[in-house]
Amino acid sequence: MTEGNGAANQKKMTIIVTKGTLDWAYPPFILASTAAAMGVDTTMFFTFYGLPLLLKKPELKISTLGNPAMKMPMMGMHMGMPNWLSVLPGVDSMASSMMKGMIKKKGVASIEELREMAVEADVKMIACQMTMDLFEYKLEDMIEGPVLGGAATWMENALKSDINLYI
Amino acid sequence: MADKTLDAKGLNCPLPILKTKKMLNDVPRGGTLEVLATDPGSVADMASFCRTTGNELIESTQEGGVFRFLIKHAG
Repeated sequence: MTEGNGAANQKKMTIIVTKGTLDWAYPPFILASTAAAMGVDTTMFFTFYGLPLLLKKPELKISTLGNPAMKMPMMGMHMGMPNWLSVLPGVDSMASSMMKGMIKKKGVASIEELREMAVEADVKMIACQMTMDLFEYKLEDMIEGPVLGGAATWMENALKSDINLYI
Repeated sequence: MADKTLDAKGLNCPLPILKTKKMLNDVPRGGTLEVLATDPGSVADMASFCRTTGNELIESTQEGGVFRFLIKHAG
């Protein structure tokens, strides 16, 4: 195992990434890339639905289901997305494109962009071996960089860290 | 006059910080980097970034909706 890339007193952080929708993908990648930029030795552990975020071409979508707090700015107002709407075919895709349009317009980074900056900044990425087996993913399908690991791999990192987040 | 200037106008959190960090690598130690941004959140973030990384925020000003930061590369 590598022992980080800095001094012995370097701060460390781990993030467990468990969710893979477009909206939930943001917090872990924003925090990891920013932490690395601030000199923190950062490790991300991708498990369950978070694992596909490592795919070369992740299919990022949001769901309007079960998310009453989601209000889209529309014509100067904020419009909620009722649960029943998401059963209609195409609604989630439409909401996802709307969100991606807003992201671009407001100068917010794309997930792929943040992920690239995290890799560049030496954020360590661990792909959960069990999830790879369970959902039948192969390391070849993933971006360059992630290593395989499990709960004990994360534990070892977490015990040495100043911050451990579960997202 | 700063050694380098980063135009981060129109970019949102955390891009101004990430790009600042990247460009600081190209500024010699003791040199200065000027960052221009329109993200109001960058005012607090740039100060936090500098305090945490040991770089010196020499100036933090605003003019016509553009925030200007002058950072001395010390970290």
